[in-house]
Amino acid sequence: MDLNLILLASVDGVSYASLLFLISLGLTLICGVFGVINVAHGSLYAFGGYSAATLLAWLTPHTSSTPVMILALFVAAAVVGGALGMLLERGLLRFFQDRDPILQLLVTFAAFMVLEDLQRMIWGSTPVSAGDLAGRMGTVELGGVTFMNYQLLFVPGVALAAYAGLQFLLRHSLAGRQIVTVIHNREVATALGINAARVGTLTFALAGALGALGGALSVPMTSFVPGLGAEMIVTSFAVIATAGLGQITGALIAALLIGLSRAMVVYVLPELEVVMPYLMMVAVLLVRPHGLFSVTAARRI
Amino acid sequence: MRRPLVPLAVAAGVALLLVAGWIWPSARVPLITFLCYGLAALGLTVLLRAGQVSFGHAMYAAIGGYGAGFTARYFPGTDALVVLGAGVLASAAFGAIVAAFVTRYRGIFFGMLNLGISMVLFALAGKLYAWTGGTDGLRFERPTFLGMVLDRGEFEYAMLGLVAVLATGLGWLVQRYFVSSAGQVMLAIRSNETRLEYIGVSARAALAQGYVLSAVLVGLAGALLALEQNLVTPESGYWIRSGEYVFIAILGGSAHAVGAFIGAAVFEAIKLGAAAYFTNAWQMLLGLTLIAVIFFAPQGIVGCLRRTPKARAPLDHGAKAAKDQDTVPATGHTTKGGSHDSLSY
Amino acid sequence: MKLLAQFLGASAVLLALSGTSHAQQARPVEIRLGMSTFMTGAASVLGAPAKAAADMWIEDFNAAGGIDGVKLKPTWIDEGQGADKFLSDYRRLAQEPGEKVMISAISSGYCNALAPVAEDLKVVNILWECSTEKVLEDRRYKYVFRTGPNGTMEMVAAVLQLLRTKPDFKTIAVVNQDYAWGRDSWEVFRNTLLALKPDVKIVAELFPKFGAPDFSTEVTRLQALRPDVVLSTAWGGDLDTFLRQASQRGLLKNSQFILPLADSSLERLGDAIPPGVIVGFVGDGYFADPEYANDPETRAFVQKFKQRTGAYPNFAVYHMIQALKATTGAYKHFLADNGGKWPSAEQLATTLRGSEYRGLSRPIRMREDGQALQGQLLGITRKDPSQAFPLVGQLTFYPADIVAAPVGQKSVEWVKSLKPDLVQNAQIKRVGN
Repeated sequence: MDLNLILLASVDGVSYASLLFLISLGLTLICGVFGVINVAHGSLYAFGGYSAATLLAWLTPHTSSTPVMILALFVAAAVVGGALGMLLERGLLRFFQDRDPILQLLVTFAAFMVLEDLQRMIWGSTPVSAGDLAGRMGTVELGGVTFMNYQLLFVPGVALAAYAGLQFLLRHSLAGRQIVTVIHNREVATALGINAARVGTLTFALAGALGALGGALSVPMTSFVPGLGAEMIVTSFAVIATAGLGQITGALIAALLIGLSRAMVVYVLPELEVVMPYLMMVAVLLVRPHGLFSVTAARRI
Repeated sequence: MRRPLVPLAVAAGVALLLVAGWIWPSARVPLITFLCYGLAALGLTVLLRAGQVSFGHAMYAAIGGYGAGFTARYFPGTDALVVLGAGVLASAAFGAIVAAFVTRYRGIFFGMLNLGISMVLFALAGKLYAWTGGTDGLRFERPTFLGMVLDRGEFEYAMLGLVAVLATGLGWLVQRYFVSSAGQVMLAIRSNETRLEYIGVSARAALAQGYVLSAVLVGLAGALLALEQNLVTPESGYWIRSGEYVFIAILGGSAHAVGAFIGAAVFEAIKLGAAAYFTNAWQMLLGLTLIAVIFFAPQGIVGCLRRTPKARAPLDHGAKAAKDQDTVPATGHTTKGGSHDSLSY
Repeated sequence: MKLLAQFLGASAVLLALSGTSHAQQARPVEIRLGMSTFMTGAASVLGAPAKAAADMWIEDFNAAGGIDGVKLKPTWIDEGQGADKFLSDYRRLAQEPGEKVMISAISSGYCNALAPVAEDLKVVNILWECSTEKVLEDRRYKYVFRTGPNGTMEMVAAVLQLLRTKPDFKTIAVVNQDYAWGRDSWEVFRNTLLALKPDVKIVAELFPKFGAPDFSTEVTRLQALRPDVVLSTAWGGDLDTFLRQASQRGLLKNSQFILPLADSSLERLGDAIPPGVIVGFVGDGYFADPEYANDPETRAFVQKFKQRTGAYPNFAVYHMIQALKATTGAYKHFLADNGGKWPSAEQLATTLRGSEYRGLSRPIRMREDGQALQGQLLGITRKDPSQAFPLVGQLTFYPADIVAAPVGQKSVEWVKSLKPDLVQNAQIKRVGN
């Protein structure tokens, strides 16, 4: 592998990593706030992608402006993801609030099963994609290789913006500070007059919108078929477990590590491409039992 | 569920299965599948007793299947029972290696690490085309059964008999294990591991023992399924399948070994019923059932039937009880997942 | 105990009843067709149109009186549900009592798995779509047939087409799906190419997983390598995604693409396929084939199919019709030869062997090893004002006799023995102008 190839592989790795990060972000957020791993997050990704494609297909005869179409991606993700996230929290997880995290995980697994079938009923099983949108943004030459601006600039840009936005929200906005307070101590937060239930719903809506955004951004690049959600969720599990559950900056770094290693391995040992995220996760967890960036906490007896 | 009734009911059930398989040849395969799912869920039940859930245990079904497949393929003429033994041995060996690592973890991380390892194996099984036959799986010729060359129908019936015997025998053994002292330690891991350590019992060793037992049970189920179809595919180790096994174990409950089989029966019944009436919604029905079970009967069907005062949800040790207990500084390992429920940015 | 006695009594009665089925073949009420295709998943792109075509054809066939008054009754299995579920469904259908023929499967992996099962159960099985040549070469079957071409014919013809179109290339890369068909078809293609043109360099062999959502790393790698020729035997959603990403990033400008299965994607991809790409038809069914576009039966079918589904038939549709026509033809043939006596499964299999039939294109002959001999059509894409998607011109027909391994020979060994003069074989003919 010469330097040129390493550069090319990095470009692919970064664009894959940004998508991975976007999907993992919502998952790790919920983990941090509730201590729950939300398996249904994979369905949110799929729903985001499918509904964005539907919206784009409906828009195509009415408009040909690229910004409008890009906006449509975000709108579809925010509406569908946010609504589904809220529904999951209000309609389901609230009733299992005081149960063991594993039982809560199983409940989200059940929700995932329901959503998978629902998605098949709505969109059927033929491949769905919104291919021309990515092409509209044009291409750029790097080292004699043509890349799409959409993949090279737009998706990583959105990922970074989402990261920065979430940081800002948690540090400087009232809602964000409330979320942080609830995480640290629910009882004290409630005593301070914070509506913990509302904060929970808000977090789920935010996480759902982020997951759906990941799907909406991938639909111009790939064909959506049933089963994609199941694939995506395990990959993002690997990201957040590698980082340590609830680590936002950690997830960014872990996604980059996984994305880059996967892109490099395609050139060296293509057989291992699919295994990379999980190898990474297992290797890290065996050395750092709670992920790369986790902090130890008091244990309860 | 009074004592003498259980063996009688089980014996009647097994007899019923064999007769049904004799009368309707087309019922043999679904019956074998149901019993194998029950065996696999029994493996998950063992871990459930200790309050642990693995989201990667289908990997042992795949290892058992591939172990059986490779044996039948590369040593033609090997008898079905030897093939089966090879599959079980493979999953036991791998289970022992994995147990050495994963028993340090509890709760979510225990489940996740198993998931990670199973995904590595799943991806490799699909990718290494030259050895495993890739995503199409590994096919092999039907082996002899106890030295007899059987045609397909006879072989299926023999398999049904074998699976019925194994399920009954192992179910009984596992129940014995549950009430033995080693099995009681597993229960103690669930309720309060630290106090267990104070009285000088190694929770890790007990959990490792239980882990290998569960790997063997799931591996056996996988090898049996592979043998019945003369085919083993990577799908048999996918995480969705692991989730189904956990689902069945939760559905049946961990209070008694028979729960796994009751769970498998209900699971298959829902699947068949849904396939007949709502072709596209069987997953949805299963999901709704799971939510209902966790909400109304967290201790599973068996727990409901028993209604002993001691019956409690297999996983409800945590949140409520933990609140009024003191905290001590952690040592990093064997924490009950205390370190992950905080958001960091 | 009483219950057990009742059960045993009932089973004895049932056994006695089932013993009667071995008697003289009576004329059945209906023929059950156990049919399988992909109805879900990425592969349903091929599977769903084939199902629509079969349902349409069977409807018409039954309306016209069926086989001497006996109607066909199809039952469908979804191949998209995973191997173990598929196989248990298959077995359940194949073991049901009554007259039945299995028309299964589309996936090469399943064909390999179900052939021994069908042979065990002594039920006639038509492998209607899968291409893997290994099924019928590794073992001799009595009840298993393939009514369409196999991978060897498709790949050898593709190599010939490539060498006739672009004789002086030096490097080739392959991007195939990571499963039986992707791997096996490359093995045959590679060995054929090296036998006919030993100086070719293979610069990359990429096998992205079946149903991969993203091919950007593969496209990047191909752009860095700049091979003269890129081969992909992918189909369905995978080929769509790969070609879309490759064409958006200008990969098709630098390399000659050869896509032996792209017939099924042309209509969906439209402008994503530029002119000049080599495309195959997995057989010789093409709606714009000048020799058959005006054949009355073919034309009526294509029009009706287009009306009903909104698309032109792809190769899976042609293969499905071939399977149905071969099966019903064998029944009719046996009835005519035996004064209306109904065939047993064994007699049906014997009749199928060596039979001649026609799908919607040129006549096909069934060999004694259960493999049909069907010629191959390949051509090059061109823009045409009559359609919104590329049409295929410069069509060339490769008769099956010169691209199929002889009976009893293993394809991989046979293609290694091919000689470069095959490219100029006199039996290869241009179709149309």
